[in-house]
Amino acid sequence: MSVTIYVPCDSGALALGAEKVAKAIESEIAARGIDARIVRNGSRGLYWLEPMVEVETADGRVAYGPVAANDVASLFDAGLVSGGSHRLSLGKTEDIPFLAKQTRLTFARVGITDPLSLDDYKSHGGLRGLEKAVAAAPADIVKTVTDSGLRGRGGAGFPTGIKWNTVLQAVADRKYILCNADEGDSGTFADRMIMEGDPFVLIEGMAIAGIATGATKGFVYIRSEYPHAIATMTRAVEIARKRGVLGVNVLGSPNAFDIEIRSGAGAYVCGEETSLMNSLEGKRGVVRAKPPLPAIQGLFGKPTVINNVISLASVPIIMDRGAEFYRDFGMGRSRGTIPIQIAGNVKHGGLFEAAFGLSLGEIVDDIGGGTATGRPVKAVQVGGPLGAYFPRKLFDTPFDYEAFAAKDGLVGHAGIVVFDDTADMLKQARFAMEFCAIESCGKCTPCRIGSTRGVETIDKIAAGIEPEKNLALVTDLCNTMKFGSLCALGGFTPYPVMSSINHFPDDFKPAATAVAAE
Amino acid sequence: MQPAGTEIASRTSAVINEFVGLEGPLLPILHGLQEEFGFVPDESLPVIAKALNISNAEVHGVVTFYHDYRRHPAGRHVLKVCQAEACQSMGSDAVAARIKQLLGIGFHETTKDGSVTLEPIYCLGLCACAPAAMLDGEVIGRLDDDKLEEIAAEVRL
Ligand SMILES: Cc1cc2nc3c(=O)[nH]c(=O)nc-3n(C[C@H](O)[C@H](O)[C@H](O)COP(=O)(O)O)c2cc1C
Ligand code: SF4
Ligand code: FES
Repeated sequence: MSVTIYVPCDSGALALGAEKVAKAIESEIAARGIDARIVRNGSRGLYWLEPMVEVETADGRVAYGPVAANDVASLFDAGLVSGGSHRLSLGKTEDIPFLAKQTRLTFARVGITDPLSLDDYKSHGGLRGLEKAVAAAPADIVKTVTDSGLRGRGGAGFPTGIKWNTVLQAVADRKYILCNADEGDSGTFADRMIMEGDPFVLIEGMAIAGIATGATKGFVYIRSEYPHAIATMTRAVEIARKRGVLGVNVLGSPNAFDIEIRSGAGAYVCGEETSLMNSLEGKRGVVRAKPPLPAIQGLFGKPTVINNVISLASVPIIMDRGAEFYRDFGMGRSRGTIPIQIAGNVKHGGLFEAAFGLSLGEIVDDIGGGTATGRPVKAVQVGGPLGAYFPRKLFDTPFDYEAFAAKDGLVGHAGIVVFDDTADMLKQARFAMEFCAIESCGKCTPCRIGSTRGVETIDKIAAGIEPEKNLALVTDLCNTMKFGSLCALGGFTPYPVMSSINHFPDDFKPAATAVAAE
Repeated sequence: MQPAGTEIASRTSAVINEFVGLEGPLLPILHGLQEEFGFVPDESLPVIAKALNISNAEVHGVVTFYHDYRRHPAGRHVLKVCQAEACQSMGSDAVAARIKQLLGIGFHETTKDGSVTLEPIYCLGLCACAPAAMLDGEVIGRLDDDKLEEIAAEVRL
């Protein structure tokens, strides 16, 4: 019987040499005359083990990693095709603790299936949600999504069902589903993993959103930094069209829905929903004032659902398994699961999908295994460049929208970046201001000018020039930015800055006194 | 050598024709031009403005808003080194310093022999494989001195 060998085509695996590994496996198969085929799967999300090669055995899938091209011959010598033991053996994939401890709902298929095989998708539970949707009344679909408690995974945590309902109620000749795949936050890659590893789940989620709200056209706006995601999504849309998942009769129903893939152009602010709409329309990516809400007057002035990739990709399983099934996971007002992305200076970096409620400490120390450098953890930034830096003393904070807000932080898109004790928090605060200055859309003065003043003022503190006065100035500036900015770029940059100042005051003391005090 | 004005105009029109039927065609057109020429030539802007029935100023405003669009040709290779937080936590400062030294240029510069342009980038979604970079669209993770020297040698070929 033919053996199936899996070598991920995910960007993370490619960045670590998966292409060379796949080539080497191909030549070993040919040289040894083995009856085997290679499937390029998505990543399981265990990036410290990538490239992770898997083999289908009678016993289930068995994993090896991290595999380098020059390990391949010895892997075959060790009997890779029958799951033979090797120094890179990881045992049965499903039993690897990092995976076994997860609750994979949105990521159920990622790393398991061939991302571009619609048959694979269907045989692993795909399209069941859409099949239910085409047979349901739009209001009932919206109700299911509302009842599931799903909140936007792009950052703001707004209830998805309520947004959909506004679009459903809006009367217009044309409505849009707009998928926000701009994923600009450092420390995040969940959207990328879905688009590269299970693109049909996003397509299915968007089609359900279309049927639920009466929208017939969808766009996926993907950042240009993700060429592989753009390529995979483009091919997946073509396949979905050919197989009747998209088109004038979605799954043979009277509902029409089609999708177009668009590429961003390297502007972080275009992840903000109204800036993204301007960008897609061919304008400068300047943020629009609200109202009007995008749900009423969005893309091209039409009612528009704009949702993050993960929000939309979570809808198929909600439709399939029901609102209650999803809502039963989680805590407080944070329902369901969240794909946590553990990144930066961490031993076990990767994607960990779990019900809301894990503490930050569990995520960083137990699941992440502490730092990659082996030094103590000093700080973790949660929620991207606009998220706060958390010190160890806040590691009991549970992963939950409200709990993070109560600690002057945010869950955001659920990326966690770990820093060891060599991190200089003044430098991190300075970078937050600098990034805001580089990426500001320019509409509000506190953001456009304030961020540059912020960089200069922090530089003065670093140089020991009137540190107390300048620290007070930065605090003042942060207040102005927080309350005088139209969007969260200017409005939330104070989070990383102020959390650095408040939790790590020693890093803001003039170098001379800090040395003298030691 | 840069193509002459009329040639630019006709190649620009060909790109415009490919995308003009889309809803919101300007960004796709600009991406197409950058693919065609390696940058967005000044001579293309009035051609676009005319085709889309918008002002020259508007086209100019869009081109200059986005970090991706180049106004001048780049080197034969483009190396983008991530400078965002997850990569910072794994020493992207040192990576940037080392690659600048190896190539003898700073960010936003091109080597004199035109072999490579060096740019900062803010996150490639490889944050669990930091520090990361992108060379001509190919992703590279866990950069270390060996990999940087390999890259520097490769782009010089
Ligand atoms: C500066 C800025 C950048 C943002 N970037 C993203 C992004 O990359 N992806 C995303 O989904 N949402 C991003 N958002 C949030 C969006 O504005 C919006 O809330 C989201 O797309 C709504 O989808 P959701 O409800 O599914 O989360 C950003 C917001 C701001 C202010
Ligand atoms: S806060 Fe900054 S990015 Fe947001 S609208 Fe104002 S200027 Fe633009
Ligand atoms: S921060 Fe460098 S790849 Fe994300």
